[in-house]
Amino acid sequence: MSVDANIVKRIGHLARIKLEQENLDGLAGELNTILGFVEQLDEVDVSGVEPMTSVIPASLRVRKDEITDGGYADKIVSNAPLSEDNFFMVPKVVE
Amino acid sequence: MSLVDTRTPDPKKFIKGATGDWEMVIGLEIHAQVTSESKLFSGSSTKFGNSPNSNVSFVDAAMPGMLPTINEECVRQAVRTGLGLKAKINNRSIFDRKNYFYPDLPQGYQISQFKDPIVGEGIVYLDMGKDGIVEIGIERLHLEQDAGKSIHDLHPNMSFIDLNRSGVALMEIVSKPDIRSSEEARSYIAKIRTILRYLGTCDGNMEQGSLRADINVSVREPGGEFGTRCEIKNVNSMRFAVAAIEYEARRQIDILEDGGKIDQETRLFDAKTGKTRSMRSKEEAHDYRYFPDPDLLPLEFDDEFVAKLAKDLPELPDEKHGRFVSEYGITSYDASVLISSRANASFFEDVAKGRNGKLSANWVINEFFGRLAKEELNVANSPINAHQLGGIIDLISNGDISGKIAKELFEIIWVEGGKPSEIVEKRGMKQVSDTGAIEKMIDEIIANNPEQVIKVKEKPQLIGWFVGQVMKASQGKANPRAVNEILKAKLGL
Amino acid sequence: MSDLTKLSLKATRDGIKNKDFSALEVTDSYLSAIEAANPKLNAYVSIEAEQARTMAKQSDEKLAKGQGGALEGVPLGIKDLFATIGTHTQAGSHILDGFKPEYESSITANLWADGAVMLGKLNMDEFAMGSSNETSYYGAVVNPWRADDSNKDLVPGGSSGGSAAAVSAWLCAGATATDTGGSIRQPAAFTGTVGIKPTYGRCSRWGVVAFASSLDQAGPITRTVEDSALMLNSMAGFDKKDSTSVDLAVPDFAAAVERGVKGLTIGVPKEYRMEGMPQEIETLWQQGLAWLKDEGAIIKGISLPHTKYALPAYYIVAPAEASSNLARYDGVKYGLRVNGDSIDEMYENTRAKGFGAEVQRRVLIGTYVLSAGYYDAYYVKAQKVRTLIKRDFEQVFADGIDAILTPATPSAAFGIADQEMAADPVKMYLNDIFTVTVNMAGLPAIAVPAGKDAQGLPLALQLIGKPFDEETLFAAGRVIERSAGLDFTPKKWW
Repeated sequence: MSVDANIVKRIGHLARIKLEQENLDGLAGELNTILGFVEQLDEVDVSGVEPMTSVIPASLRVRKDEITDGGYADKIVSNAPLSEDNFFMVPKVVE
Repeated sequence: MSLVDTRTPDPKKFIKGATGDWEMVIGLEIHAQVTSESKLFSGSSTKFGNSPNSNVSFVDAAMPGMLPTINEECVRQAVRTGLGLKAKINNRSIFDRKNYFYPDLPQGYQISQFKDPIVGEGIVYLDMGKDGIVEIGIERLHLEQDAGKSIHDLHPNMSFIDLNRSGVALMEIVSKPDIRSSEEARSYIAKIRTILRYLGTCDGNMEQGSLRADINVSVREPGGEFGTRCEIKNVNSMRFAVAAIEYEARRQIDILEDGGKIDQETRLFDAKTGKTRSMRSKEEAHDYRYFPDPDLLPLEFDDEFVAKLAKDLPELPDEKHGRFVSEYGITSYDASVLISSRANASFFEDVAKGRNGKLSANWVINEFFGRLAKEELNVANSPINAHQLGGIIDLISNGDISGKIAKELFEIIWVEGGKPSEIVEKRGMKQVSDTGAIEKMIDEIIANNPEQVIKVKEKPQLIGWFVGQVMKASQGKANPRAVNEILKAKLGL
Repeated sequence: MSDLTKLSLKATRDGIKNKDFSALEVTDSYLSAIEAANPKLNAYVSIEAEQARTMAKQSDEKLAKGQGGALEGVPLGIKDLFATIGTHTQAGSHILDGFKPEYESSITANLWADGAVMLGKLNMDEFAMGSSNETSYYGAVVNPWRADDSNKDLVPGGSSGGSAAAVSAWLCAGATATDTGGSIRQPAAFTGTVGIKPTYGRCSRWGVVAFASSLDQAGPITRTVEDSALMLNSMAGFDKKDSTSVDLAVPDFAAAVERGVKGLTIGVPKEYRMEGMPQEIETLWQQGLAWLKDEGAIIKGISLPHTKYALPAYYIVAPAEASSNLARYDGVKYGLRVNGDSIDEMYENTRAKGFGAEVQRRVLIGTYVLSAGYYDAYYVKAQKVRTLIKRDFEQVFADGIDAILTPATPSAAFGIADQEMAADPVKMYLNDIFTVTVNMAGLPAIAVPAGKDAQGLPLALQLIGKPFDEETLFAAGRVIERSAGLDFTPKKWW
């Protein structure tokens, strides 16, 4: 499996990173180097092996249903690039 | 999921097209907000309608380094709902990340369950009246986070983002594509809502968005291969669901009959125009890159946990329906009306206990529910309680008052309150069963109306006229049965 | 008074406690040292002098009242990845421009509760992605070490390059760091310092900017094994805010340091004898085994057959998780925003400008391996391989191995702007070849300086332990440290 400029462009959009047209081939080359490296895994027989879901053998701890957080809208927006009346503001979204 | 057609095509549900009949195939994804105090993965409040970003924690706002911890109540509610849908409960489930960018999705992914949901296949029965009982398969139920809210009309070229809903727990209940008409879809939504409300796992409030549906619609030649579906997003009323399905099916039929093909896409229903339209922002092919959320471990519980929840489950609508029919001898239709909510059903039971079931059902449905609806009230804030209504029914059953007087009595109590038997006593509303008094009235009426007496001998149904005269003379208080008997004897009928 | 920065963390703590000197004096000494050195070394991205002095004064007040915690008055450097309330927290990235969290990470909160003082925030590879500290938006950190008779600037390793350089150059008594594939141990090895990556779940990840959630684990970098034990004692602990934090009591790590290795079985995995490994690394490894044997340990050859596949599997799992973890940096809630005509343009401009080349590369790889049609071939496969890697370790531990000794890195520190590594990302990734297996299996491991290469640069050995058995690592690490008996103070040139 290898990637070309078109695939890189598509991935760039999925990841929402603007990629300049002139860099696509170079990026494809770099990604292919990495993908080539990870393709060593094809040598490993993984039949019957469960994929790891957690590195520690435990199950999920649950939390009590209590209100213990929130109530600080000013702190939520204090780092926002743009906000008004404790709303975040973004370029208009067309649905 | 593999699509299996479980239904036999029913010509009554076909849609006429220019080239022949068409059949709708509908599947629903209902998003139900879990009833809980705090959010699925954070300790902030789920309360509706607070000021912007006030019910938001650093976790909900996806601040760097923040981590999710799961709310045990949401797990319990999901399992209880699964039990209510007669579904398989999965003792081990996994939370996955669904990755996409949207401003009201602060993490850049939604924590959901993809491969291993908490609840598997189940079943819901719809009572479609004369069309009988229809079985709709449940594919799965999973827990996931709600997104925040984008507000587009506060600024000419900016959208405003409020994350108060961000992270509130939702149950996504996915049906199999077993629904074949807009009416069935409406009935399905109503049934799911009733079940959720019985269980207390979701308030079912569609106006506030606690319950909303994504509707998958496709059309096909009756019994044929499944067609390409379109998904109508976020429908938040049953009326809109019906309208959206009808419009969408017709739109697809028109395209197909013109030789076109359906693009699988996400659409939005516009309540103003009654039409669906393609959603620009969702148009690109989605690639959600699901993978297990490494911030969470597998969710596991044992059979005992499930058994305990099952034991404490309330009686569900279907079971209650069956019991009402057998225990109170009422019709299936009446039972369906009575079980529409747990409060209504329990009001009925309070009234019917130790009384005539049919009479009780009649009064509860027609007089009581009718009046509540007219006044936009409900059982909880009704001016008449079950004890008072029971008292009225007792007076009818004992022959103390007639049905007509009972309605007057109902009116008095609705407005003024009071104990039915005392009111009847005090206001002299009791029927006259004293045969002597009735005989005296009848004798007078016969004496004053010789022509009618002749006529009634030829046409016995004219006895009604005499009954009316007696009731008038007694101001409605004469016992109708006694009146009838004495009249028949005196008139020789 | 002698230079107060030239003390171990323990000696600093004890001295303050005994009122040999005040916490404020120590802090002031460090602040002057930082002021002098930072323009050359670039270890700190933010120096919090005022706050440090306030905290130090508070420590002195507490000690005057006979109070004070386990690290009272000890000045520490904090990796820029840890959220520290109201102060610079930008993960070495442009995209977190100006971000000052309204919350404190659990680990730093633990440290402050024990009386430690924060000197400032330490430079690092952007989002902890890198092995040379060259991917930082704030520029490369320079290793305080130079080869004998050379003026060439070397990298301090990464991603915790600022932490390692600061500790090595006496710019803090100890530093917090994080390790996703070797980011504590490799820079520790490159700078002659001690670094331990605890067992996954030992230290809370709450408030630590995430790189790859299933691999990230915080730990200390210090000048001695004992210092690491003391600092980890304060950092570690169960945190109910982190679902992957393990509810286990934290043992007294410091008490284990002088326990020795008598009777312990030390495993030597044959798969770590890599082709082309420099002879001096091999020699050092043998030397380490000899030291442990001399102190009564049993040395046993073992096999960890899937070792070779750890790094390729890592380069699927880590970028995949990172691509998702970094989705939150979108210009909406905090940090950098580069405007655009539409929301998508704003996202794409912000993330193109805000992320550096290495982060972009990893986000793209991660996005690709998770995307439709590739998920099973890459991600699921890698997670299966991970199961096998973990199983390898479980097997040898079940067979009676107490700890495993390996080299920490395949070489000593290399030059800044190394041409070969710049040309081929995989060359850079190979720095983690000995360290990454441990992250994949969630195990604890310590890097301890053990020798120097022909050019006089520090080299380290790595000890890998059983889950939650950091104590054995401190004990065995101390034996290596003591047996080596070398001074790992870089010659001051800055």
